[in-house]
Amino acid sequence: MPGYSDPGFDTLALHAGAVPDPATGARAVPIHLSTSFVFQSSEHAASLFNMERSGHVYSRISNPTNAVLEERIAALEGGAGAIATASGQAALHLAIATIAGTGHHIVASSALYGGSHNLLHYTLRRFGIETTFVQPGDIDAWRAAIRPETRLLFGETLGNPGLEVLDIPTVSAVAHDAGLPLLVDSTFTPPWLLKPLDHGADLVMHSATKFLSGHGTVVGGLLVDGGVFDWDAAHQRSGRFAELAEPYEGFHGMVFTEESTVGAFLLRARREGLRDFGACMSPHSAWLILQGIETLPLRMARHIENSRKVVGFLAAHPMVARVGYPELESHPSHALAKVLLPRGAGAVFSFDLKGSRAQGVAFIDALKIFSHLANVGDCRSLVIHPASTTHFRMDDAALARAGISAGTIRLSIGLEDADDLIDDLKRALKAAEKSA
Amino acid sequence: MNLIVNAASGPVPAYAYTGGKPLDPTLPCVVFCHGALHDHSVWTLLARWCAHHGHGVLAIDLPGHGRSPGPMPDSVEASADWLLALLAAAGVRSQATLVGHSMGSLIALEAAARAPDLVQRLVMVGTAYPMKVSQALLDTARDAPLKAIDMVNAFSISTLAAKPSFPGPGMWLHGSNRALMRRVLAGPNAKGCAINLFHHDFSVCDRYANAFAAAAQVRCPVTMVLGAQDQMTPPRSTREIAAALKASIVTLNSGHSLPAEDPEGLLQALAQALG
Repeated sequence: MPGYSDPGFDTLALHAGAVPDPATGARAVPIHLSTSFVFQSSEHAASLFNMERSGHVYSRISNPTNAVLEERIAALEGGAGAIATASGQAALHLAIATIAGTGHHIVASSALYGGSHNLLHYTLRRFGIETTFVQPGDIDAWRAAIRPETRLLFGETLGNPGLEVLDIPTVSAVAHDAGLPLLVDSTFTPPWLLKPLDHGADLVMHSATKFLSGHGTVVGGLLVDGGVFDWDAAHQRSGRFAELAEPYEGFHGMVFTEESTVGAFLLRARREGLRDFGACMSPHSAWLILQGIETLPLRMARHIENSRKVVGFLAAHPMVARVGYPELESHPSHALAKVLLPRGAGAVFSFDLKGSRAQGVAFIDALKIFSHLANVGDCRSLVIHPASTTHFRMDDAALARAGISAGTIRLSIGLEDADDLIDDLKRALKAAEKSA
Repeated sequence: MNLIVNAASGPVPAYAYTGGKPLDPTLPCVVFCHGALHDHSVWTLLARWCAHHGHGVLAIDLPGHGRSPGPMPDSVEASADWLLALLAAAGVRSQATLVGHSMGSLIALEAAARAPDLVQRLVMVGTAYPMKVSQALLDTARDAPLKAIDMVNAFSISTLAAKPSFPGPGMWLHGSNRALMRRVLAGPNAKGCAINLFHHDFSVCDRYANAFAAAAQVRCPVTMVLGAQDQMTPPRSTREIAAALKASIVTLNSGHSLPAEDPEGLLQALAQALG
């Protein structure tokens, strides 16, 4: 540095946001397990609190280890900055709470992670924020659902569990035509696969628990701002986003859009959301996620390679009625996946067993390498039955709208030898067949 | 704050950030002038510090940039006239400290030469003279401004980890600077340039040829704050103009984006200059 262009993805995955520790020379990122940071003087303290200086005060607001992670994910996503949160759910809540309150409205894809659906459909409604759910591929429905009180459009890059590919360029255009931002949950597609900001999204969130961490050891979330959405222009046009474009008495009467043209959203999210809701990430969690990100390019390449082999096996198996993977021509999002996901359509997908519900149970119980649990994106291969776990709160109609049946099995393909994964599946499919 | 500036073309609206407090024009005023394809927000930490330490503050958006309607004047000299008209509109009559970054440093120099009774101090940040821009970069700014932004961004920031980041932790300087330049380029006030605002700003820097004549008119103390790693305006390219201005030189371990890359070092240099 500097050069003719910014470093490439693999270099940024290792170096963005970090240099050898100036105090000790430590090459790896230190874990700053300190709640608070000593002021140099009373004057220094006052200037930090008043945002006359940049620095760390208290680890609920910011922390040096977390800041490395925040800069790194922002670099990998092509964003202006980021905030680390206690979980992916906390990242989603922080994004919404920063720009929406009582009386406001969200338009969201109906193909969401069950936890996100719960937050939007049940919990936020209790706090006066309503959500209209639309089929992610129904562009007219996105447009028609927007109201004067709408503050956000929200979808997942790959809908859970049907893997409908969100048409980010088109949905973001709908959002921008209405003066609204698009938030995308990119948990299933870490930036090695897809950078939503490059395709028109304004905000990106991750459950870093999944592929970014990659080792099934830590819970965390990340919220990235592209810095390009013009909150001030939207406010002048419609009166929306006074939270960012009008003085906020809760923080020095600050007008966040004046304070930072590109960082207004993150400033308010940190200075209000982390401060008051307090869903911050532990520095130890940030360090673990950084360990994962350092090998993200290598891991994702292997996740994709293994997924393609397993998909090929299942698609040809007589006990399998359907494999829902966007790289297959039979998938409704196949064409869009070729455009938005040229490196691969992720490592989480579902398939439908032929046979009864009992055969599905027999299949899961017979697996030895795949672990039956409620997570995805681990380096180990995982399996789950959505209708009885992640989406169990949905009634049949809601399940159908999300593209799930009672016999749907979801796999998360890990980094094991692909032949061993296929053997495990082969044994379990045989067990399911025998249990008929 | 929003102002009406009596510019050469007539009254025009303009915007200046005042550091989180209303401007008191009776206080010694620190005026911040940003560089090419930037706006006031590159200065907000320093501006807030000054506003809360006994100064009035005007961190301006140049015409055509950010919140100030265009068009951007087509020369450093005309921009300096606009800047002085803005100070008059704000009621700033004396004891002004002009702080400029890159293109803004040339505008500040020219303004200090034109109003020696008004300008008490001059602080030139990430400066050079002549501020020539390569034909290749001018051509890229004309033909592919987003690519030119990426080139300038990579040239301007010397590190992958400027701590504790600007304006606060968690901001990725490469991404935030790229986003800012894209926002300013695409902003509604940037319309009206013959080619585009990026090419316009770089052409203004490239054409400026009056620095030594201006230096002869400057009567105030001058401080230059330079980045040792600066590849856009390398420190060696300031020697002659620094000598002409009898400037005090502070060199920070930074690239060209000093306000974002080392706001703390810049604050120390500014505080020393302000006495």
